[in-house]
This record gives sequence, structure tokens and C-alpha cells, in this order.
Amino acid sequence: MTLQTTSPIFLGMPSFQKAAKDALRNTQQRRNLAHATSTIRAKRAAVVGEVDRWEELRVAGADAKDEVLHHLPHYLEQLEANLVANGATVHWARDADEANRIVLDLVRATGSDEVVKVKSMATQEIELNERLEEAGIHAWETDLAELIVQLGHDRPSHILVPAIHRNRAEIREIFRREMGGVGRPAPDDLTDEPARLAEAARAHLREKFLRARVAISGANFAIADTGTLVVVESEGNGRMCLTLPETLISVVGVEKVLPTFADLGTFLQLLPRSSTGERMNPYTSMWTGVREGDGPQDVHVVLLDNGRSHVLADDLGRQALRCIRCSACLNVCPVYERAGGHAYGSVYPGPIGAVLNPQLRGTGSDVDKSLPYASSLCGACFEACPVRIDIPSLLVHLRTQVVDEASGRSPEALSMKAAAWMFADHRRLEAAQRGATLGSRLLGDRTVRSLPGLGAWTQARDVPSPPPETFRQWWARTHGYDVEEAP
Amino acid sequence: MSAREEILGRLRAATTEVTTPVGHRGPAPVIGVPSPGAGETLELFAENVADYRASVTRCRPEEVGTVVAGLLDRAGARSVVVPDGLEASWVAAAREAGVELVPDSGADGALLTAAELDAVSAVVTAARVGIATTGTVVLDHEPDQGRRALTLVPDQHVCVVRADQVVHDVPDAVALLEPRRPLTWISGPSATSDIELDRVEGVHGPRTLDVVIVG
Amino acid sequence: MSDTPTVALFATCFNDTMWPDAPRATVTLLERLGCRVVFPREQTCCGQMFTNTGYADEGTALVRRFAQVFDPFEYVVAPSGSCVGSVREQHAALARRAGDAGLERAAEDVAGRTYELSEFLVDVLGVTDVGAHFPHRVTYHPTCHSLRMLHVADKPLQLLRAVRGIDLVELPAAEECCGFGGTFAMKNADVSIAMGSDKARHVRETGAEVLVAGDRSCLAHIGGILGRQRAGVRTMHLAEVLASTEEDPA
Repeated sequence: MTLQTTSPIFLGMPSFQKAAKDALRNTQQRRNLAHATSTIRAKRAAVVGEVDRWEELRVAGADAKDEVLHHLPHYLEQLEANLVANGATVHWARDADEANRIVLDLVRATGSDEVVKVKSMATQEIELNERLEEAGIHAWETDLAELIVQLGHDRPSHILVPAIHRNRAEIREIFRREMGGVGRPAPDDLTDEPARLAEAARAHLREKFLRARVAISGANFAIADTGTLVVVESEGNGRMCLTLPETLISVVGVEKVLPTFADLGTFLQLLPRSSTGERMNPYTSMWTGVREGDGPQDVHVVLLDNGRSHVLADDLGRQALRCIRCSACLNVCPVYERAGGHAYGSVYPGPIGAVLNPQLRGTGSDVDKSLPYASSLCGACFEACPVRIDIPSLLVHLRTQVVDEASGRSPEALSMKAAAWMFADHRRLEAAQRGATLGSRLLGDRTVRSLPGLGAWTQARDVPSPPPETFRQWWARTHGYDVEEAP
Repeated sequence: MSAREEILGRLRAATTEVTTPVGHRGPAPVIGVPSPGAGETLELFAENVADYRASVTRCRPEEVGTVVAGLLDRAGARSVVVPDGLEASWVAAAREAGVELVPDSGADGALLTAAELDAVSAVVTAARVGIATTGTVVLDHEPDQGRRALTLVPDQHVCVVRADQVVHDVPDAVALLEPRRPLTWISGPSATSDIELDRVEGVHGPRTLDVVIVG
Repeated sequence: MSDTPTVALFATCFNDTMWPDAPRATVTLLERLGCRVVFPREQTCCGQMFTNTGYADEGTALVRRFAQVFDPFEYVVAPSGSCVGSVREQHAALARRAGDAGLERAAEDVAGRTYELSEFLVDVLGVTDVGAHFPHRVTYHPTCHSLRMLHVADKPLQLLRAVRGIDLVELPAAEECCGFGGTFAMKNADVSIAMGSDKARHVRETGAEVLVAGDRSCLAHIGGILGRQRAGVRTMHLAEVLASTEEDPA
């Protein structure tokens, strides 16, 4: 099993703790995120509440994904056969480099020096745009949020809405400053009304859509028994890319497969309601290879591993591959809401990123070692997940992996071992408690405001002083046993 | 070793402990709401289509032409793309009212280019399926709907759905569709939630979606 | 169930050492409701802190201890949603990870008999009015593990609503995590405090004199912030409110 190599963009990312500390100081971003996530939480709750059989759908979604994950070679071969039978060409990529090389060669073969892109997590993960630009090929992101990130020379901070950390006023500034440099400029009288901003994006991108000869997409689902690819979107930029160019290249993670077309009856209920909080997203496109006289006639699918086989090898961790990239876990996560997406050091932020990145990339780097701890284990993510990924349990599982890989000599490990020794025998615990309550008598009954070694706690929290009597001392006094001396 | 063989090998090695056979979970379960009755399903369809800012008009079969003409006029459409297999009577009144009808295939058999399509105001199509619980119309791009670009580039889409095409829930629609055809699911006009996660209508697809329910 | 059920109290190490009022009140309350309460002295800790920090081996040793200590009892009750959550949702999995099938069965068995206080009162004893009296303005924080791990739903609120004299006010955004999260409170102190500060703000907005929850650990965190802010809000465990009577007020 081969891990992903850390990409140049996220190389040397600090730990989550450090990055989050900086992000917390960005009050504008915190306000933007709090506003956006509370909006989407309410919408999701309303449309999920409309579906009486939601729990059954979640179970069906998890079962469909597990069926595929347990037999991935079978379903991939079936998908490939159906794609080929319908006129598509299938490529396989072991890692990001190989996928980028395949796409670059395909684009070069068309003679085009530009591509239009449908929002795709897989191509972000492999940093395809950067590779294309290096080779002199312009990659135009056409999803509004991706456009905002690209024009703002920024990094994505959310799976569904990569520019969630930007508010309308910031977006207006980016459009006015940057659009003219790469195409049709924003109108002089552009306001920060969302409708006007969307209109500016429409005008800016239309000339690119109409002249584009090559499009690059991902896929939300790839249906094994028919060879159908599915893209779920809102704006119509996806339809533009999937319909107008002559060549379409789709980069699809191997875990995106669903067994049958009928499974869409489940997933097209789960995804939109979990993702944008709509009964259905405005547009969903489905295509099966090449359709004569309709849409691209040169259709390629690149099936991507890039660390996924490593995730699959862990029989508990593999459930993270059920993920359909809906973002519900991000939107309900109190840690994400405050730390923002950049602190996760990956295109996959939030709770799912905290379990996916350390599995895709391993736990060697500072950020990947820290991600399993970037959670209070409150469980809101598991509750919201449409495919029932038990993220809290996976986080704990990965914490164990981080600890097992460490030397065992850290101050934390030593104090954990000491505590474990104490808890291994109630007499040791009782002896330690006597020490603690003795301390409390010396301190008197005052609340402790600072204590050496407790800096992380006391920076904004009082420390309760130990009680004059532990519970077991009270029990011995009132219900009857003597507290023995420790051995 | 080829990338294909290597990846399949890795995936096999990663799941050696799996003992269940392929297909273990059985056929995809059908989890949806049954129709409480044709009338209620149609009512819900109309309500949900309208909820996402598409216009909804209900009419009898002989009224479609007049309704379509009225919708094109309301949006100020001067020209309309007509898919090759569209029922001619649906656009007859519009033509009489002075709207230019633009066929997709010209006399030489060539289809409209993207730029030519961009110069047309509107498109009128039939549909394959309507879904009540979500307010969705699904096109399968048969000749009465035309190829995918027709319902994408013009700024107004008038979509005529027969009442008997409307099903209640998503799995009912999936069961009716032919997967090997290109399929476009449309729920309201193009929209985005990318600015502060609030939905605004009108991005790249048609900014006006008019759904006509017949029968 | 016999007329006088015997209940083994699992005090939890944190309550035992730092917040003895919560298990004391649990004893008072259960005895008032006709239970015979025993305190197996060999008990120490459920191991949650070890497990959730990644020290699974240390956690597993405590799973074994817990299963042995509480094996003889029909009912095990703890005044902590979080520790009961660990017993019910983590113990068997730790045994499985260690490859110990016997321990896994033992852990599952004792987990099936282990209850968080409000569950035991409502589901086993079948009471919601426990005869309490507490004439104060109170708001209730549900705590994540009670809510999303144990699914105790509104059982604590049913109990609180039946308390005489109480002025129970709803906490805004009640279901959102307070940011304690065990060692998260130290390892990610900045995010933890940001979450706790929002929780404390919501508590202050209610105008309550007392913040009640079923977990002393969450209360130590929120209460620590409220204390630093000199907010004048007391924190109390659910058991303390339920144990309070006119004759013996908390």
C-alpha cells in the first residue's frame, strides 16, 4: 500500500493547534464562518426533517458503499468494461504524478492551451491546476467558489464552498481587482449583492465556456453496472463543461463507484439534502461514455488511487472511503466553525479531513499527527453523516496509531503511564487522593487561578480546588469502610 | 506491471480479510414515499417546483401553445430553439406572435454552434419524468427535448411536462430512466450557494425556468 | 426488578477526587428512592482519558478492571454521561482490538447493565418526579456524550421539569459542544476556550443562577470560564439538584 506524498502546497504545514491559534485571531473569518455554517445547518435540518425514512437511507447509503469497498476490484473492472463499451477511454493512475501526467498528455494531444474545469476534489487533491499551469495550459475554474479562490490566489477552506471564509464584500473586491487580468472584467458598478456577484461570474465565464475545447471534471458517482458518471451541481457551470467541449477528461477516485444505477435512488436523496440543504440541487448530469451528436465525442476517465488503497487496508479506517464529499460534517463541527478550513492543511478540511488526511498521507508530518486530535469528540459529525461514517471512533483509532508510532518517552506518554499505574490499584488512587486533598487544605478553599504546568487550562479558565474530602472518604465515613494505607 | 494491475492488486491485498461474496448486500433497496394519489403527487410537484423559483403553469393539452407563447412573451424572448422532435403545436402560437423559431438542425444537417445558441433567447422542450418530492424535471434528451446544449445555453427554458409523467419520489424516477441516455436533472433555475451559503438564482444555466404541467 | 434494587455506584475517578458532591447526591437520591447503594471500593477509572488520547493499552487494562469490579451487580449507575458512554461504546471495542474475546463478552455484558443516572431513574425506576425541591433559576446543558452517544434525549429535562420551585430556562444552542473534550481542552486549548466562551455567553444570556449538566467535566470547563468572567453563575450536577429537598436543600 502506498501513501500519498505530501504535496508542495501543503508541505511544512504547522500542526492543527498552531494553525488554529492563528485562525482564531482572524475575527472577520470567524464571523463569516459562523454566519455561513449556521445558515446551512438550519437549511439541512429542515430538509432532512422532511424525510421520514432518513435513517433507512443512511443505512442504505453505507451498505452500498461498503459493498463496493469490500469488492473494489470487481466493481472497478465492471465500471471499466461498461465505459469502454460505450466509447470512453479508461486510464489508471497510481498517484498524483501519474494522474497529472495522463491528463497533461491528453490535453496536449488536443492542441488546446486552456481547459475549463468543473469543481472536483480529486483534481484539487492532485494539484492538477498547478501542473497544467507549469506546462503552459490555463485551467479555468468555473464553479463560483472555486473562481473566487482562484482569482484570490487563495486556498480552499471547505469541500462544498471553498470560499466559505470570504464574505460578499471581500468577493466583490477580488472580482474587481482580478477578473480583468484573465478575461472579461467585472462591471464598474459591481455591488456586493450576491445576485450581482453571480451575474458578474456568468458574464466573465461565458466566453470561456463558448470557446473551450477541453473540459476536466471529477464525478460524484461512477455507476459500475452501466458505466454512467454523475456530476451534481448548482450553477450550470458543470453542464457547460460536460456538454460544450469536444474532449472531456474526468478524474475519479476509485472509491466513487456505486454498484448499480438504482443506488442513485438513495444517493440523490442523501447528497443534496446533506450538502446544500436542498431537496434537490439545481442540476445533475449523467453521461455514459460517448453519445453521438450530443456532448463531448472524446471521453476519458482517469481512475485514481493516490493513497486510497492504503485507507482501504485498515478495516476500521476504510469507512472514511464511504464519504460522498457532502460537507455536512464540516457545517455541524464546532471546531471547524472556529478554526476554519485552512488549519487542516489539506483540500479535505473538517472532521472528514481529520480522519481522511492522516490515512491518505500517513501520520509522519506535524499536521497529520495533530489532525486526529482536532476534535472534542462531540459526535455531531457522525450524527450528520449521510453514509454513517463513525468519525469520532475513527479519530480515536487514529490517535492510537499516532501514540503507537511515537517513542513512548514524551512527557505526555510518561504521565499517562504514571496515571495508568495509579488507576491499576484503588489503594494507589486513594494514596494519591490523600496527597491532593492535603494540598487543598494548604491552599485553603480558594479557587486556583494559576498553577504551574496547567497553563493551557488556566489561560482563560479557573481551576477548581480539590475538595476537603474525596467521595470515597465520605463513603467510608458515612457508609462504612476504613480507608486503608496504600501498599 | 501496468498501473491498472498494480492498483487492482493493491485493492485486492487491502481487502483479503473480507469473506462476503460480491453482491452480498443484495439489490439496492427502494426507500421512498409512495404516492398518496395522483392528485396529491401533482399538487406537491407544482408546489416544490415553484418553491425553487421556477414558474409553474397548469393547463389542458389544447392550451399548451398559448401558455408557451405567453411565457416567452413575459420573458421578452425574441427567438426560440425548437428541438427536432418537439410537438409543433406547442410553438405555433409563439411563431404567430412574432417569435423566431430556430431549428437545431439546419437545412445542411449541421447543428447550431454554441455561439449560435448563445444568440437565441429561449428553448422549449418536453421532459421525461417529473419528481414531486423534490420539484425536479428530468430530461433524457430524446428528440422532443433535443441534445443537452439546447436547454443550457439560452437564458430561458420552457419545459412541458405531462401530468402522467410525474412520479412521487426519487427512486420512482430512477427506475423509469434509461441509464445509457444522457440525463439532465433540473430543479429550479441555475443557482448558487457559494456566497455566504445563501441560495441566489441565476448563474450559468437558464435564469428563467418555466414548467408547464399538462393534463 | 425487586422492590429494593441493589445499585453499584460507579463514582468515576474525576467525581471521586474533585467533585464528590455529585456521587454523594447520587447516593442520597437513590437511597431516597428506595435503592440499596453499594460502592465497590476496588473501582478506579473507566479509562476514557487514556482511550481518547490514544493510549489504548492503558485503556484496555481499565476495561478489564471495570468488568471485574462490576461483574457481580445487576445495576451499575454513574453520574456521568461521558464515562457511561465510554463503558457502553468503547469498552468492548478496546477488548476486540486487544484480541481478547473473553474480555469483549464480559465488557459487553457489564455495559448492558451500566446506566447514566437519568436513564436509570426514568427507564429502570420509572420515575420522573423524584420529590426534589430547588427554588432557583436553572438552565441545562445536555452534554455531547449523553446526547449523541447514549441518546438520553430529554430524560434529564423530564426530571428537572418535575422539580418543585424550579425556574427552568432553555439554553440557546444547547446541543452544541462546550469544547471540553477531555485532553482536547489542553491539547487544543485555544479552540476549546473559544467554544467554551460561546457556551458561557449563552448561559449568561439565560439569566440563570445555576448551570446544570450530567457531567462534572464539562461543568468544570464551562464553570472555569464563567468563574474567570466573574459571571456569578454556579454549576451543579443534575444529581445535586435532584437530591435537593425542602428539608435538605442543596
